[in-house]
Amino acid sequence: MSLRDNPLGELKVPLTWTAGIVFIVVLIAAVAILLGDRREDFDTDAYGNPRTLSDKVMAPIGEVASTPGRLTGEGVEGVRGYFFAVSENRRLKAELENMKQWRDVAIALRDTNERYRTVLGLKTDPPIPMATARIVTDSRGPFANSRLANAGSEKGIKPGNPVMSENGLVGRIVGVTDGVSRVLLLTDAASRTPVMIDRTNARAILTGDGGPNPKLEYLRGQDPVKAGDRILTSGDGGVFPRGLPVGVAVKGLDGRWRVVLAADKAPIDFVRILLFEDFTQVADTKKLVHVVAPPPTPGASTLPPPTPEPKLPAAAATAPAGAAPAAGATPTPKTTPAAQPQAKTAAPATPAAKTTTPAAKAATPAPKTTTPAAKTPSPKTTQPAGGPP
Amino acid sequence: MSSGGARPLAPWRWLGVPMLQVMGLSMLFALPIRFWGLGLPEPVFALPVAFAWAVIRPSMLAPLAVLTLGVFLDYLWGSPTGFWAVCLLLPYGLVLGGRSWLAGQSRVIMWLWYGAATGLALGAGYLFTMLDTQNAPNWISVGWQFLATIVLYPFANRLIERFEDADVRFR
Repeated sequence: MSLRDNPLGELKVPLTWTAGIVFIVVLIAAVAILLGDRREDFDTDAYGNPRTLSDKVMAPIGEVASTPGRLTGEGVEGVRGYFFAVSENRRLKAELENMKQWRDVAIALRDTNERYRTVLGLKTDPPIPMATARIVTDSRGPFANSRLANAGSEKGIKPGNPVMSENGLVGRIVGVTDGVSRVLLLTDAASRTPVMIDRTNARAILTGDGGPNPKLEYLRGQDPVKAGDRILTSGDGGVFPRGLPVGVAVKGLDGRWRVVLAADKAPIDFVRILLFEDFTQVADTKKLVHVVAPPPTPGASTLPPPTPEPKLPAAAATAPAGAAPAAGATPTPKTTPAAQPQAKTAAPATPAAKTTTPAAKAATPAPKTTTPAAKTPSPKTTQPAGGPP
Repeated sequence: MSSGGARPLAPWRWLGVPMLQVMGLSMLFALPIRFWGLGLPEPVFALPVAFAWAVIRPSMLAPLAVLTLGVFLDYLWGSPTGFWAVCLLLPYGLVLGGRSWLAGQSRVIMWLWYGAATGLALGAGYLFTMLDTQNAPNWISVGWQFLATIVLYPFANRLIERFEDADVRFR
């Protein structure tokens, strides 16, 4: 039977209408997919199986496709090194002479530092293991800035791990599977990183916006930053260790403070992924949760009576000033000077308490405001830069 | 049976092959390659194709192809799933709805239409990113991507010229 003989052959559905209906259905489906995306959760389950699968497929393709470019670059560098070997040698010799002086200074400072630690009984942060990976794809658009690295869960990489180049912080891991992990760059619009200004110790949140220079937001204090200040990770919130180099502050064209990222000094081909977990996890959190406060001593007043500030000579006056914040947390050592070092060594317990209160861990300023000791230089010594700056 | 030159247009020719080309080019431009210290630009190669598909003919398969391209870009670039699918479908729908106005227009006017479609896609992306992250994307970066994408109109034009008259029913 031909088409004309078919009784329904004359029935024509306008293709424009059907195409329009299909378009609307597909648009609704796309909007539903977009609304159902849970990228902000940033854990492996929320990252999703399709995404991990696509990363797994794209990483080897990117690796193979980028090989010619990489080899060409290495070849050009080799030729350049060959022709400029003499000048390079001269420059390196001068640099070595300069570095020898710094080596002596570093040895002396290390010795002093070790003695101080021994005297104070400080517990320093454990060293952070690292995994090395190569970047195989790179997205640089205004709406998403991420990269795929060719190392994954087999190397112990987890979502949240900080990623560094040889010059500074690059971003953090947001998705990981076997053999590949996705790095969310500091420039991504979804990226928020707690940072501090090295000179003033002022805190800020580094906020990406898809441009090359992320913004410094929530700056506190009067003139907390000026052009050229070094920006480091603050360690607040426990996602990043304290003291990782981020970049240098500059005033943007829009009048806002921005950061020229240290990682942009050179192409990011190899990265170090710090297998960092919040140091508070080192403590046995279950045990800390079940710790009950000792009952007050019968007959003793809860708080010691206010004692007038003793008038001491200028040299001796520094000791109570340093001990005062610690005494705010533990009143008893104030009366016994011998106990003061003990009060300082108890400082690592303060971050441990953060794990017991998730809100404090997320917001982090809470422990600082509640315990004045956190604002004093004591945490600086108890929680030094975990990673190599 | 010949139906007066109304030979059907095989979907793989005007949908499948350009889609694969877009995927390949997007992948190529996502490689971490630098020339003289500068990275490659990041144009949205899928936009000229989505524009051309809407101009060539109304189709039931084309929106699905646009959706596929969008999801591919989301997975490649790491944006939220569905982000680029919506950003590409909106200009596709705009051009599909305005096909009668576009018929017979000069190349310059078509380029302007393409520019408007690109602006709609990136504007939607700007809005979605702002809603998702509570943070406005950088206008300069958006501008660069806009410029890098509108210069791709010749590819759309080539696709249109090649397939617009391939099926006489849609002339």
